[in-house]
Amino acid sequence: MSSYTNTYDDVVSVAGSASTADAAPAPARDGNAASSIASRSDRPDATPWAASAVPAQQASRLSEAETASQADRIGGATHRLSSLDALESEAIHIIREVVAEFERPALLFSGGKDSVVMLHLATKAFWPGKVPFPVLHVDTGHNFPEVLEFRDRTVERLGIRLVVGSVQEYIDRGELSERADGTRNPLQTVPLLDTINANKFDAVFGGGRRDEDKARAKERILSLRDEFGQWDPRNQRPELWNLYNGRHTVGQHVRAFPISNWTELDVWRYIERENIELPGLYYAHQREVFSRDGMWRAVGEVSQPTEKEIVETRTVRYRTVGDMSCTGAVESDAADVSAVVREVALSTLTERGATRADDRISEAAMEDRKKDGYF
Amino acid sequence: MSTAVETALERSTLFRFATAGSVDDGKSTLVGRLLHDSKSVLADQLDAVARTSAERGFGGERGGLDLALLTDGLRAEREQGITIDVAYRYFATANRTFILADTPGHVQYTKNTVTGASTADAVVVLIDARKGVLEQTRRHLAVARLLRVAHIIVAVNKIDLVDYSEDVFRDVEAQLKRAARELKVDEPAIIPVSALEGDNVVDRSERTPWYGGPSLLETLEQLPALADLETDLEAFRFPVQTVIRPQGAVAPGLDADTYRDYRGYAGQVAAGSIRVGDAVTVQPSGRSTTVAGIDFAGKELDEAFAPQSVVLRLADDIDIARGDLLAEAGTDTSAAQLPQPTQDLYAALCWLSPKPLKEGSRLLIKHGSKTVQGLVRQVINKLDLSTFADQPASGLELNDIGTVHIRLAAALPVDNYVNFRRTGAFLVIDPSDGNTLAAGLVESDHLELSAREDERYDI
Repeated sequence: MSSYTNTYDDVVSVAGSASTADAAPAPARDGNAASSIASRSDRPDATPWAASAVPAQQASRLSEAETASQADRIGGATHRLSSLDALESEAIHIIREVVAEFERPALLFSGGKDSVVMLHLATKAFWPGKVPFPVLHVDTGHNFPEVLEFRDRTVERLGIRLVVGSVQEYIDRGELSERADGTRNPLQTVPLLDTINANKFDAVFGGGRRDEDKARAKERILSLRDEFGQWDPRNQRPELWNLYNGRHTVGQHVRAFPISNWTELDVWRYIERENIELPGLYYAHQREVFSRDGMWRAVGEVSQPTEKEIVETRTVRYRTVGDMSCTGAVESDAADVSAVVREVALSTLTERGATRADDRISEAAMEDRKKDGYF
Repeated sequence: MSTAVETALERSTLFRFATAGSVDDGKSTLVGRLLHDSKSVLADQLDAVARTSAERGFGGERGGLDLALLTDGLRAEREQGITIDVAYRYFATANRTFILADTPGHVQYTKNTVTGASTADAVVVLIDARKGVLEQTRRHLAVARLLRVAHIIVAVNKIDLVDYSEDVFRDVEAQLKRAARELKVDEPAIIPVSALEGDNVVDRSERTPWYGGPSLLETLEQLPALADLETDLEAFRFPVQTVIRPQGAVAPGLDADTYRDYRGYAGQVAAGSIRVGDAVTVQPSGRSTTVAGIDFAGKELDEAFAPQSVVLRLADDIDIARGDLLAEAGTDTSAAQLPQPTQDLYAALCWLSPKPLKEGSRLLIKHGSKTVQGLVRQVINKLDLSTFADQPASGLELNDIGTVHIRLAAALPVDNYVNFRRTGAFLVIDPSDGNTLAAGLVESDHLELSAREDERYDI
């Protein structure tokens, strides 16, 4: 790599991914590359290393995409991060702050894309050290088996500890009862809080994003929870500059949302750029489904069609991965990450609107769940 | 997605802005309009707004969409029709990704405006064209100036309700220029808009032919972000967040022997840039060393700049821990730019808590990655936010901004906020319940004041 590509390189993954290069045909790149390279030497404050540091043979190795991207960076202000790099840097700063200031942090890890991105950011934040905290999963008993398999494999690969809270055990003991609509999403709250208390976790990272929901849009990056795990939206601490106040009293804990400022599209662009592995059901696959509430629901042990609902095989993918009983699939032929990025960029529905039955209950469904201690 | 869009995505940069306005200036409607007309609202969100608008019998134009519902997300907000708390919104145009802090204008206006403005590259202040510059407008301008927000834009809203009158706009414009002069604020960009009708929000309006400037969104797209303005000029500042020493806990896949003795200092560059081989001074100890390496997740970098998160390796084995600040050692000419560790903090406080500040209060001060105890020696004065003149004071209450002297239990390497937004800022925290009480900004005459102060007391 030449000396001036030494910022966090989106270029590396762009060059390394054939599919991306294919998806971005040459003409536009050519135009950019030509004009930017031309402007490089014209730039009055160009530093010597910028103008001459790329040996010819190295330069010729660079793909057109790479050249365009680098040249663009040089052509504009030297010290400028792309929005994705700026978001990554902000998230890593927050993760390090929480780990430095709290005694027992943990990361909520479901195997869903946002939590996978969180774990990836944590590995980058502490390199060459291991991720210095365990991951926590509340298993509703209705999880997709392939997601659980992915969860276990990821934890194994990174050599970190997995703590599981089980909704099923609470139901078996009679401490929670099954809801009439069969969804177990709202039932996660009690096992989550009990697991947090039992392990004395004082900070819990989540992959929540403000663009997901109107209530989440109002939540702080460090969000204080009382001894009942409750969120008080009207009494939040002001969050100033990049100074995060994690002070809490005994019994309270803090939820930390380092990717608060990311959008669904940012998450997917990052997954593409960093080549992050996800459970397969995020990509288009054939599945037996039936239509309910305008969503495609998978046929499984816990989600059975009624007599009137017709089962058919469709090419679908999941935009969110949660409880099988309330997560719907969307029809899609986006079979790889670059196809998903394109699909998300063009989507006219929010991910929750498209795929979560529990958020359709009311305009304030998420706010009500959060106040009770939900993620 | 077209190639053009994809190329633009890779290049897009972040731009953060906050809105500020009084109650009923139509701020949520403006934000809703910005999102709606820039096509950042998705179909299901719009359906929800349409449903609720219809249920409430909203009487606006254009199919009766109450666009304020796009941002007023909490149950109480929707029920009362007001905005309670800062809401963050996201939208993107071809070259920019915007993070918008929508800050409410009522009771806790200073708290909300300060919060929104603290990270903003620009503040959009709303004025009702029928009302002109109000006391609260002056406060918003004053807060934006105090927090050194790079750009102030004033949207003169409800221009439709004054029949798109140029005379009304020119009058408001004259009031604004006067206020800006008095408050020593650079003259803001002033744009006539109608949030309800969409004039000059995203597209330029034909109904204001007397206005030749860009629309609000065009303005936001063109302004340089703070990082573009400052990073190349500022001296290097790097609060150490944590020391990375894997010892036995090397990440899987890495050679344990290679990294067993690794020692690096993790943090986010708060200002300026640094290159391998550059000299740095460790504050508050004052010892110097050079940068031996810059690491980021397995990649070695030659240079790091704000706001990158990296790990620095240093040439000498000196005692450095979380809370220390690495700063550019500089030459003789820039030596004055090194932060000066001090136990006497002179600063402006934006008081954000209903619990008032009194002289003699014990507080916690969080600066960079360090938190120390402090004792309020003196409340020096308080700003009259409508005139920006100092008045004598012995305490501060909610929404007050005043200058104080705080004696610290340990020296902090502070910079002047005027020059360094990150290392010149601090939080004031209540030691009893942990709540954030105030936003602190180290005063420009800090060193002068501190030199005058004799060391009579100890904590």
